[in-house]
Amino acid sequence: MNNKTAALGIKWEDILELVFDSRIDSVGLNERVDSLATRSIKKESKLDALNMIVSMCDLTTLEGEDTEGKISQMVAKAITPDPSNLDIKNVAAVCVYPSLVSIAKEKVGNSGVKVAAVSSYFPSGQVPMESKLLDTKYAIDSGADEIDIVINRKAFLEGDYRKVYDEIVALKEACGDVHLKTILEVGDLKTYENIRKASLISLAAGSDFIKTSTGKLSVGSSRQACYVMAKAVLDFKNLTGVSAGIKVAGGIRDSKDAIRYLVLINEEMGDEWLTPDLFRFGASSLLDDVLKQIKKLKTGAYQASYYFPRG
Amino acid sequence: MVNWEYSESVESQEIVNIKEKYQNFINGKFQQPNSKKYINTISPSTEEVLSKIVISNEKDVDNAVQSAQLGFEKWSNTSPHERSKHLFKLARLIQERSREFAVLESMDGGKPIKESRDFDLPQVAANFFYFAGWADKIDLSWGAKSLKPHGVVGQIIPWNFPLLMLAWKVAPALATGNTVVLKPAETTSLTALLFAELCEQAGLPDGVVNIITGDGTTGSLIVNHKDINKIAFTGSTQVGKLIQKSLAGRDVGLTLELGGKAANIVYEDAAIDQAVEGVVNGIFFNQGHVCCAGSRLLLQESIHDEFVAKLEKRMQTLRVGNPLDKNTDIGAINSKEQLNKIEGLVNEGVSDGGKIFQTECELPGNGFWFKPTLFTDVQPSYSIAREEIFGPVLTTLTFRTPQEAVEIANNTEYGLSAGVWTEKGSKILWTADRLQAGVVWANTFNKFDPSSPFGGYKESGFGREGGRQGLLSYLKAES
Repeated sequence: MNNKTAALGIKWEDILELVFDSRIDSVGLNERVDSLATRSIKKESKLDALNMIVSMCDLTTLEGEDTEGKISQMVAKAITPDPSNLDIKNVAAVCVYPSLVSIAKEKVGNSGVKVAAVSSYFPSGQVPMESKLLDTKYAIDSGADEIDIVINRKAFLEGDYRKVYDEIVALKEACGDVHLKTILEVGDLKTYENIRKASLISLAAGSDFIKTSTGKLSVGSSRQACYVMAKAVLDFKNLTGVSAGIKVAGGIRDSKDAIRYLVLINEEMGDEWLTPDLFRFGASSLLDDVLKQIKKLKTGAYQASYYFPRG
Repeated sequence: MVNWEYSESVESQEIVNIKEKYQNFINGKFQQPNSKKYINTISPSTEEVLSKIVISNEKDVDNAVQSAQLGFEKWSNTSPHERSKHLFKLARLIQERSREFAVLESMDGGKPIKESRDFDLPQVAANFFYFAGWADKIDLSWGAKSLKPHGVVGQIIPWNFPLLMLAWKVAPALATGNTVVLKPAETTSLTALLFAELCEQAGLPDGVVNIITGDGTTGSLIVNHKDINKIAFTGSTQVGKLIQKSLAGRDVGLTLELGGKAANIVYEDAAIDQAVEGVVNGIFFNQGHVCCAGSRLLLQESIHDEFVAKLEKRMQTLRVGNPLDKNTDIGAINSKEQLNKIEGLVNEGVSDGGKIFQTECELPGNGFWFKPTLFTDVQPSYSIAREEIFGPVLTTLTFRTPQEAVEIANNTEYGLSAGVWTEKGSKILWTADRLQAGVVWANTFNKFDPSSPFGGYKESGFGREGGRQGLLSYLKAES
């Protein structure tokens, strides 16, 4: 038990009941998601959407080749996404490996940009629990504001849901008040039922956010997966009164796609979810496309990438 | 950020060219009618007058029937292969001009552009393609040349899917070698008249398709014309009965597609979120102006409260307004008359003791509008549970067991369609076997395909449209 699960006051048995009650009709679900994609977002509402997307971005680099220099570049971009248009405010966070948290933290200063670290042996999570805890504690001690962990897919696919739950509970306990985002890795889970089960387990274990993907698989986020997670978050709120957030990441590269996610969240969850506190995009190339679209709406010119500073 | 409002995204009307007034399309061209009586055809979303159409009189009907008789001599002797080519050409032209048709359909009828664009027009083209494929395979398909066309077919169609109902009627009739006199509904004649232009453009032989406008009096003149060989009617049960009476004792073929009060049965083991979507689609599609609408929601008692809460929340997100706005989910009620009928039945539902929920939405000042409405606490004896409302009004009843669900579902004079929602396959089959309805959808609703026959049980009519069975409605056996 961690502070959050204690406050939620729900028992493992309650979660099991919900988890085994996961019934999803994939044909109907796909149809609904496709129909939401036909919304036509133009003019003012498009500009509002693009600005929201910037404010919800977790600008991310998660590579073996990441260095202090790379992190400095990215943080500068996170604070001032487009130096030619200072109306565009900073993104929500930068997301890095634990060893780069301290440098990121130093560079963001008091800009308001949060530092998120992936831990628990992202992206596979295939190590003993002690190692996951060490990894997480190291990131927190280095100053991370947010922690992105991966669920134990090995245990999940073997049907050991209790183990998945216990690990998240322990990692959230290590986090304390630090914001915990739990990555389901929907590309590994494959079915909508699995995504719903993993969502409910993660929420019940005290996650502040559930997140679609690591971005390391060929199958990243999808609006369908986001829809399943949105419904799980709503059902969890009905049960506990707690509003959890959703982060979509992996393969969201253009504004059009990102706006479709916003429409989905807006219509399925309501506009109270349209805030960086409850909805985020994991992004690397998405941000520049959004900046280009904002420039196009303002000036009519669609500019090349070299007009926008590297991140 | 909160209050993210979608800006208006209105489809342009420029593509549409509406004439000041319309003539009848007879013998391959628009002709000055004999009748001097014209009525305005208006846009139900703005009440603006779009054009004038003629109320055809006896002489006009006679001209149209004579033209169709002459047309029949040529058309029935045209090789099936040639008939097929003509139908394929119509199908392709519909696709080419589909945006024009979709915009006109939404202006004249009030349905949202996303439906006319994504549902009506693709279905219209699909029907012509499908029956074009049949035209030269009919003899083979039934093994002998014993099936003949009726001759001149009078077709009277409703205002809810104006062009699609035209396609359902005209395509199989032509494929089987009949010629037609078609009368669209008086509130929605414009797309049929644009289709007449298309027949000219396609080079269809003169007299094969004749389109005359008018109201119920014109319809009755068609039904009672001495040289009509078959009537195909889609509309209300009340009018269907009148037609059947007037045809009694005459050698005139008849198919009727009439009203409905479909049960949409949701079992406790359904995928609830998708069932909510399906129920919404089942009743609010096309403002509920759908004969097969899932207008009676049958909920298992154990999930009633949870389901109704989710349903009301979902209904609240429906966007009611300008049919030409691409983000509109629910458009205008087709006519003042229909709006009055809906309001009357809803008031009765309230005074009977039903609990009413309507979404909070701002309705435009002009035009005919009705808020999405849900009734709970309804007894099977209430008129809102028995009569076809033909509007965006859903009535909820409850049941305890599958047996009871089937009894309630069949406890109606209608039998056009039904829906079953459960994740359990065996329960779907058990239920579908016992439902007296022409179409039973499982874990979906309002799905159509030209290859799937459609038609009713009981007072929902007889004869089938679509599929191989739909061809038989336009053929008669000759020994």
